[in-house]
Amino acid sequence: MSVPLIEVRGVTKHFVKRLDLAGKIARRLGADVDEEVVHAVDAVDLAVRPGEVVGLAGESGCGKSTLGRMMAGILPPTDGEILFEGIAASEMSGAQRRAATLAVQMIFQDPFASLNPRLRVEQIIGEAPLVHGLVDRGGLSDYVDDIMRNVRLDPALKRRYPHQFSGGQRQRIGIARALAVRPRFLVCDEAIASLDVSIQAQVLNLFMDLREEFDLTYLFISHDLSVVEHIADRVVIMYLGRIVESAPTEQLFSAPRHPYTQALLADVPRLDQRKHDFSPVAGEIPSPLDPPPGCHFHPRCPHAMPICRTQQPVLREIAPGAFSACHLDGNSGT
Amino acid sequence: MSVLEVAGLRTHFFTRAGVVKAVDGVDFTLQRGEVMGLVGESGSGKTVTGFSILGLVDPPGRIVGGSIRYRGEELVGAPDERLRELRGNRIAMIFQDPMMTLNPVLRIDTQMVEAIQAHERVPKKAAWERARDGLGQVGIPSPEERLRAYPHQLSGGMRQRVTIAIAFLNAPELIIADEPTTALDVTIQAQIIYQAQKVCRERGAAMIWITHDLAVVAGLADRICVMYAGRIVEAGPTDDVIDRPLHPYTVGLLGSVPSANKRGQRLNQIPGMTPNMLALPKGCAFRERCARAGDACLAEPGITEPAAGRALRCFHPHGIEVPA
Ligand SMILES: Nc1ncnc2c1ncn2[C@@H]1O[C@H](COP(=O)(O)OP(=O)(O)OP(=O)(O)O)[C@@H](O)[C@H]1O
Ligand SMILES: Nc1ncnc2c1ncn2[C@@H]1O[C@H](COP(=O)(O)OP(=O)(O)OP(=O)(O)O)[C@@H](O)[C@H]1O
Ligand code: SF4
Ligand code: SF4
Ligand SMILES: [Mg+2]
Ligand SMILES: [Mg+2]
Repeated sequence: MSVPLIEVRGVTKHFVKRLDLAGKIARRLGADVDEEVVHAVDAVDLAVRPGEVVGLAGESGCGKSTLGRMMAGILPPTDGEILFEGIAASEMSGAQRRAATLAVQMIFQDPFASLNPRLRVEQIIGEAPLVHGLVDRGGLSDYVDDIMRNVRLDPALKRRYPHQFSGGQRQRIGIARALAVRPRFLVCDEAIASLDVSIQAQVLNLFMDLREEFDLTYLFISHDLSVVEHIADRVVIMYLGRIVESAPTEQLFSAPRHPYTQALLADVPRLDQRKHDFSPVAGEIPSPLDPPPGCHFHPRCPHAMPICRTQQPVLREIAPGAFSACHLDGNSGT
Repeated sequence: MSVLEVAGLRTHFFTRAGVVKAVDGVDFTLQRGEVMGLVGESGSGKTVTGFSILGLVDPPGRIVGGSIRYRGEELVGAPDERLRELRGNRIAMIFQDPMMTLNPVLRIDTQMVEAIQAHERVPKKAAWERARDGLGQVGIPSPEERLRAYPHQLSGGMRQRVTIAIAFLNAPELIIADEPTTALDVTIQAQIIYQAQKVCRERGAAMIWITHDLAVVAGLADRICVMYAGRIVEAGPTDDVIDRPLHPYTVGLLGSVPSANKRGQRLNQIPGMTPNMLALPKGCAFRERCARAGDACLAEPGITEPAAGRALRCFHPHGIEVPA
């Protein structure tokens, strides 16, 4: 098997939730309040091979964005290693690091918030490639035109500002800006979530076309499992900061192994599932400030056993290419 | 008698930039115990339709035409007092943002008891017990404790369940749910749909479920109405609309939803952009995005009934071949 394009080993991210004013005063008065630590991502291993599209899904707050931002290199991990083409970030030379920084780009959910409203589209797209010497001033205009055509935007619009575009077009501008530095790996974080249904399909198609045209590798983060199912080759499911299952897309959707994945998939509304009784997974998502011990899922799991309350199940390969973290080892039926 | 009959409803906003015809020809009928899905993309007029039924449209908006009959009683032009009496009592609304319903500075029990006593003379203790039972019915664990909480002490999904409990407190006959699960996780969404479904069935209440998510209404609704630019362009029994869509917009919308059998393939995409409500094209509003558009479409398509129980606004529907 080829060397992963990007790999994380045991990455962990803790956020310290600072005390608000009321908390600080209470502590000064002797109350027993501490700064709380959010275990956003907890010792995660994940390797993405060149050309692969990995879908990352799970409930709100499970750590998808945090993991994605660490893999994109814009958020330093608390612990663990991030490797680009087999080389750890800590061991890279300056040139290697610069190359890796350009090769990995991120696309965000809110296309408006991530675009500078005072810059024209040509500046937004052209700035980085110019700074990094991918193109010179003379060639810049043609370069921007090309990139705009790549994302199916009319180059005639390049002197406009972001607010003069629709949501779908703005998301294309965001994609164009990322493409302009000729990346190899794109982290797409809820990249179509803010778009209207009819526009989502346009952008999803664009992502699939660009993958072919530019040989791109994606980490595609979405809370929408049908989107993940549509675009990904392999799907990774997170729960409270940990990966609970990872498998080729078709396998994961036709025969989910982990009880959490099973529950999650059962709740996804589908067009071909007509009038029926919804039978939801019980319980609430526990607080990441104080996750349950052992298997994080045990308070909601219909198969929970005594061991699940005390011992964390490790992520194990239980079929070729299919991993699950459960004491049942994937034998919970469907 | 139908619970609700909406005919030719038109609600316009008279803004400085021009007249926004947010709702411009909406017709549907709702029977007792029926669940209707109202789908359409952002800005198509779903919320304004719901607000119009509840008499909640504020200036610069105004109902400029049509009729809304609740059990035969005309609500368009009815006195505010009568509408207030119906709201939160016979007709309830659940909003996308639970904080539209909840008061952040009052405890849940205070709000629920108030909601009961506003419409009925009930001793406080009896009202409190009804509130507690209401929370239990929407699947909130230890309801007695939750009653003492303030809204901010509850999770988003929990808060939304409280608003559902409030909506059902006075056993309404009609519930209008406006994207109540859009911001929530699928697991929480399933819990909320489950509760709403159950209460509707037990009490025979009719419900309008507003959403942009066709998959949600596929599993929930008896009938579907598809809105585009202020009009219902297609309506019918859920199975008919999803399996045999007639309107090109419905066909496009269904084709753009990712599903297992389209995995890895290009999705059918509706070309163009969502319409600018201030500058709609003449004739059929979908014309500039429609592959089937022809000269006839320069005129406004009226409502036809292509099959029993179905309604359509289109000159060249699918399933019926376009003359060459
Ligand atoms: N900058 C931060 N400071 C403190 N806590 C944070 C920060 N960023 C994220 N968190 C916390 O870390 C956890 C994981 O957050 P993250 O945004 O990665 O989740 P997510 O899976 O992307 O959720 P969503 O689907 O809502 O986007 C959450 O509990 C979140 O509140
Ligand atoms: N107070 C207002 N003033 C002016 N225009 C308004 C007002 N409220 C709504 N509109 C317009 O009416 C149209 C319909 O809006 P509505 O909120 O009903 O859409 P919707 O279908 O509910 O969309 P969404 O899915 O985004 O909630 C929109 O074009 C909107 O801009
Ligand atoms: S380890 Fe135990 S609690 Fe966790 S998912 Fe498996 S069976 Fe359920
Ligand atoms: S009336 Fe004409 S333009 Fe409108 S949807 Fe039908 S075919 Fe298309
Ligand atoms: Mg996120
Ligand atoms: Mg709305």
